[in-house]
Amino acid sequence: MYLTTAEFRRSFYAGILSLAAVIGFIAVAVFALSGFGRLADAAHVLNEPYVWRILRFTLYQAFLSTLFSVVFAIPVALAMARRPHFPGRIWIVRLMAVPLGLPVLIGALGIIGIWGRQGLFNDTLALAELGRPLQIYGLQGILIAHVYFNLPLAARLFLAGLERVPQEYFKTAAMLSMPQRTVFRFVEWPVIAPLIPGVAGLVFMLCATSFTLVLILGGGPAATTIEVAIYQALRFDFDPARAVALSGIQIFVTALVLAALALLPRAGDPGISASSDLNRRPDAAHRLSRGVDAMLIALFVVWLILPLAVIVMKGVSADLLGLLTEPVFLRATATSLSIAFSAALVSLAVAFSFISATHTINTLKQPGAFERGAAGSMSAMGSLVLLVPPIVLGTGWFLLLRPYGLSDAAAPAIVAGINALMALPFVLRVLQPAVSVHRARTARLSASLGLTGFARLRIIDWPGLRKPVLTALSFAMALSLGDLGAVALFGGDQLTTLPWLLYSRLGSYRTEDANGLALILGALCLVIMIAGTRTPAART
Amino acid sequence: MFVPFDYGYFDIVYDSESISSPPKTLDELINGPKDEKIVIEDPRTSTPGLGMLLWMKAVYGDAAAEKWEVLSDRILTVAPGWSEAYGLFTSGEAPMVLSYTTSPAYHQIAEETERYKAIDFEDGLYIQIEVAGMTEMADDPALAKSFLAFILTPGFQDAIPTHNWMMPVAATSEPLPDAFLNAVTPDKTLQFAPDVVAENRRAWIDEWLNAMSAR
Repeated sequence: MYLTTAEFRRSFYAGILSLAAVIGFIAVAVFALSGFGRLADAAHVLNEPYVWRILRFTLYQAFLSTLFSVVFAIPVALAMARRPHFPGRIWIVRLMAVPLGLPVLIGALGIIGIWGRQGLFNDTLALAELGRPLQIYGLQGILIAHVYFNLPLAARLFLAGLERVPQEYFKTAAMLSMPQRTVFRFVEWPVIAPLIPGVAGLVFMLCATSFTLVLILGGGPAATTIEVAIYQALRFDFDPARAVALSGIQIFVTALVLAALALLPRAGDPGISASSDLNRRPDAAHRLSRGVDAMLIALFVVWLILPLAVIVMKGVSADLLGLLTEPVFLRATATSLSIAFSAALVSLAVAFSFISATHTINTLKQPGAFERGAAGSMSAMGSLVLLVPPIVLGTGWFLLLRPYGLSDAAAPAIVAGINALMALPFVLRVLQPAVSVHRARTARLSASLGLTGFARLRIIDWPGLRKPVLTALSFAMALSLGDLGAVALFGGDQLTTLPWLLYSRLGSYRTEDANGLALILGALCLVIMIAGTRTPAART
Repeated sequence: MFVPFDYGYFDIVYDSESISSPPKTLDELINGPKDEKIVIEDPRTSTPGLGMLLWMKAVYGDAAAEKWEVLSDRILTVAPGWSEAYGLFTSGEAPMVLSYTTSPAYHQIAEETERYKAIDFEDGLYIQIEVAGMTEMADDPALAKSFLAFILTPGFQDAIPTHNWMMPVAATSEPLPDAFLNAVTPDKTLQFAPDVVAENRRAWIDEWLNAMSAR
């Protein structure tokens, strides 16, 4: 439509190249594993009642976790969007991504500190002589933990969508004195609905592949996910073919769920705004609505902050100064930050090339089978990479490089690569809707001004996309910072990241150090979120 | 070629501030009060978890499954690994945890507290021996061999007790700290031959899964 042929070719082939790189990175690891034992033998897993039982549980808990996370996230996002200016709001937005950046065990211990058998909630009720009624271990515990980690994520993604709504809509709604119900129906819901498949799909994948949380809070082996079986097959039984077969099942079944979600309504016209995005919500000035929103936001903040407060309280009693000056800590921090930054950049680059290529293909009047296939693969890959267990990727690459003695040197790159893939679905979900709104608003203008290439990037794209790009970058970094899955195999004296250091302290009884490191890690995530949500200096 | 570098016994460690009369036999552990909970590790993903499975099997044989079924009422949760289980224990969620006889030594030496104690089970305890090995792909086999030899010297063994918090397998240059000398030593050491474990592990884990999911 508004692209020159050269532009078309450039973005199309960049997309294909990234797609090939992503598929190649996964295929190489799977190929390395398939060398051990025959895949045909592993097909037996389909006959095991055990595998079917855990598959059923995996999907069931993921479905419920997703349902609750998304259903609660919507009112939180609506309330936050209706109240664009109140003191501390930016801190809530920043804190929303902090749970993502914590190693899962730390988050779990924070949650247990509040909702556990001896947690604050039960303690309070026991003081009031009401006993200790809350029993967290079981499906309910898994749900509490999954909603804890994913509700803020979902709310943040919905909020970003609501903040893209042209301000004129709300002004008009206020002038027509539309009741809140009507604003929801005609303005807010049409923005949220098309985001649901992407957000729900992401949360579903995160919950379906959950491992540590499910075992810790599940109460017993009746609560087991496929991911546990994959870990067992690789780390305990060393049966790589079985691990690959189980991963295959996990990917296939979840792909079906995602395909079903994709049948939900698609994004409509994003609308064009004449004003800069000075968020004002004249439609929501009613006192009652303010009270309801205040309560909703307060509840959400309490839910989000209590477990974090547990982590802070445990952390401050550690010898923080001692930890901060340990050489191994400084080294781990430098390693973690550089891996996180590289992973985030790679993820961003891949996401951008996918988005532009898909956008380019969509401008074709009659895309051929190859183009359509490429667009489909990119959108599928952007989700499904999350289902390839990091341990499968890590073990595959490890086995491949080991004989050449390369694994020490290549380890940071492999870990960054795995983290970049893990972050890709997050980055895509932040960027894709923002880019399509941005393109719809600026494509005609850029074309008519003859702006292309770097000039367009600098004058049009960067100012318009700066916010989502920084958000995506900070999400990806936080995710990589807290990750232990990829580094578990390669970690050691050669490669020490913060979560690895934390776990090794925990493994030698040094709980206090581990608590201190958890606090520092959380603080680091928050710093990254602050950098990611900095509002640009006013332009004149 | 494998060289053992340390050893220890899997054991139940309890918080003496919460439990005044700890079990003395596995039967007492299994049939004890249901509201005094224990955290164990999963035999599918962790060594201590597998250790307890073998321990129960060594003591109860074919009756192990029904014993697990009864014990499951006292199990608060089954953690994926030792760190997770011990973290739950020290944060006070459960007064008992599956760990090692040497765990109390850490609390005595590093934290100067007698609060956490290991139980001297009359049925005996299952041993864990950790080994180091050389792989066929070793770049420098001679160097690897000399390192394996070094493992059995005081230079290496001195680091085991207060760093890995396990028992050394060979002489140390100084006598062991009191906390280790006073650690629980079972009257009976339980152990299956490695080939028996390898042959039966899958079946025993299945049996455990069924018993634990029965209630």
